[in-house]
Amino acid sequence: MKRIALLGMPNTGKSTLFNRISGASARVGNWPGITVDLMSAKILLGGNIAELIDLPGIYDLHGFSEDEQVVRHFITNNPVNLLVVLLNSTQIDRQLSLLLQIKKLGFPIVLVLNMADEAKRAGITIDTESLSQTLGLPVIQISAKYGDGLPKALEAATTIINQQNTTTNPQSISLLLKEEHDIEHEMHELIQQHVQIPATLTDDSTDKIDKVLLHKWFGLPLFFAAMFLLFQFIFTVGAPIQDGLAWLLDLIRSELLNPLFSDSPKWLSGLMLDGIYNGVATVAAFVPIIILFFLVMSMVEDSGYLSRAAFLMDTIMAKMGLDGRGFVMMLMGFGCNVPAIMGTRIMRSRSMRLLTMLVIPLSLCSARMQVFIFMIAALFSPSHAPLVLFSLYVMSFFTMFLTAVLFQNQYKNTEPFILELPPYRFPTPRQIVLRGWHEVKHFLNRASKFIVLGVVLVWLLTNFPSNVAPASVETYAGQIGVFFAPILDPIGINHELAIALIFGFVAKEIVVGALAVIYGLQGDALMVQMATQIDWVQAMSFMLFTLIYTPCLSTIATIKNESKSTAFMWLSIIWSLGLAWIISFVFYQSARLLGY
Amino acid sequence: MQFLSQLKAGQQAVISAIEAEESLFHRLSALGFRVGKPLSIMRRASFNGPLHVRLGTTDVILRVTEANRIQINAI
Ligand SMILES: Nc1nc2c(ncn2[C@@H]2O[C@H](COP(=O)(O)OP(=O)(O)OP(=O)(O)O)[C@@H](O)[C@H]2O)c(=O)[nH]1
Ligand SMILES: [Mg+2]
Repeated sequence: MKRIALLGMPNTGKSTLFNRISGASARVGNWPGITVDLMSAKILLGGNIAELIDLPGIYDLHGFSEDEQVVRHFITNNPVNLLVVLLNSTQIDRQLSLLLQIKKLGFPIVLVLNMADEAKRAGITIDTESLSQTLGLPVIQISAKYGDGLPKALEAATTIINQQNTTTNPQSISLLLKEEHDIEHEMHELIQQHVQIPATLTDDSTDKIDKVLLHKWFGLPLFFAAMFLLFQFIFTVGAPIQDGLAWLLDLIRSELLNPLFSDSPKWLSGLMLDGIYNGVATVAAFVPIIILFFLVMSMVEDSGYLSRAAFLMDTIMAKMGLDGRGFVMMLMGFGCNVPAIMGTRIMRSRSMRLLTMLVIPLSLCSARMQVFIFMIAALFSPSHAPLVLFSLYVMSFFTMFLTAVLFQNQYKNTEPFILELPPYRFPTPRQIVLRGWHEVKHFLNRASKFIVLGVVLVWLLTNFPSNVAPASVETYAGQIGVFFAPILDPIGINHELAIALIFGFVAKEIVVGALAVIYGLQGDALMVQMATQIDWVQAMSFMLFTLIYTPCLSTIATIKNESKSTAFMWLSIIWSLGLAWIISFVFYQSARLLGY
Repeated sequence: MQFLSQLKAGQQAVISAIEAEESLFHRLSALGFRVGKPLSIMRRASFNGPLHVRLGTTDVILRVTEANRIQINAI
């Protein structure tokens, strides 16, 4: 099978093109370093099946950050039939250097100049035909986002693929990589001859927005105000939808499933309905909120505001041994900690990477958000609810900053901070839908793996041995709760809740499912029941603990993989557990002391 | 001798030399920092924070430490 790889500088639209050609849903975002690992897909090209590979962005062939190493490793270990080199048309004056470096290595190349739409708006014209003649390779201008020029690019790729059957020899590439070439002069000539760039770009909308958003004094307050409003939005729009879905799922049970299982043995209906159905349905009710959340996230990621956040926060982050990029990773962690941890690959210094990785798991991810929305709805009045949720986000930042401050001396570094500031962009409906769908798939994947298994286990533990009352102290779950009582009593977490916390180690979605199973209820009934069992101080303590302790097994596995250190993984687990306990303890005991 | 870090917002300059270790040098040149290239300072963050620099069609932010590696002639 023929192999085609997409190569280019970060943020040039490789993943956008990859998605467009293959129909895949690789993550796209207006941030240099969204893709940090290889992704491949099978495509049909000129009647043959070929493998298309989306590579992380690379600034030049001598880069040594982890994501750039992935690219170097790939081209020096895998034969390819064609490299599609993608450059941003509007920045061709500097990005051409990468093409010239690659060209020296002797790859068969199609040069694709992306973002034709933006180049046009900026008043930049590129004579692709004469450029193609001078370079001796096909040059096609496209817009991966809107699809213009795509057929021509594919045609050029097909021609090259069909013409030659040889692949590149990885060994000779890795030898050639060692040579240095002077390309400065060549680049200058090419730009002079084939590209016209107006002295001042004709599109200054980004400049105008930056005047406000990067304002010396208002920039940061505006950032936090925007964040607050976005979360308010998700909460106010999402909560009623979730309520509605929970009600519907409840109805399905009472009208459809209860009659269906009325004749089956008690243990079977218990397992199926009180266990799996209640557990999974309670979690599933959150799907709309999660989709909404990621739609908003994808708009933020695609807007280019993340790089601005890095600019605004860098001075503060520097005081904690981190940099602006670390702050962006924290924000990405609000979606899911796993890609955020992988995103640290763009950092070159190991110390800074480790410090950032120690901090990210404290970021309030969307799975934890579900637990909070659920508990807040059960125990706080609607008028207090958004405030409580917001305070948990503040707490998340607080624990991240605290961790960084405490550990910064262990992970001292001199990592340079240089970052591109892309123009503001807006995702197309297609991109938004693709992203939403991607998250639904991700959720269903987790659901089928962890959540069903988790709730079944919780059900078994809360219902056996069979001769005692379900969820009582005599059950296995109750005994586990009693066993952990010496550490959990001081933070106000009772025996029933203990088992939920333990399974929360695997994935936070299980916590919500587990609560449904423990109380054997679902929807409104579950909330009412919970409100009679625990008070708001206990609930808050439970939420603080959930916020701070290890997010999930996937995060732990990612930390281990990325740090390549088991010791570091344990440090992360133990630190977060310890911090969780201390903060919950301080909160719970002082609230009780104050008479709440 | 003048460094990029000494410029104020709104000023323009031409790069005259870059003193950085190899990996930083490569990254800088990939982002458009090359000797002889003109640049302008778009803004500086408060509390001596990062500089926002425009080189040709590319906008870059960098810290004062890194801006100290770049010598310029102000215009
Ligand atoms: N205007 C415009 N924007 C585009 C085009 N192609 C991609 N983009 C946007 O450019 C940004 C970067 O796109 P990605 O596909 O994530 O870029 P990438 O090269 O994969 O980036 P890394 O994975 O970080 O190296 C996103 O905001 C895209 O929506 C295009 O043709 N026109
Ligand atoms: Mg990508």
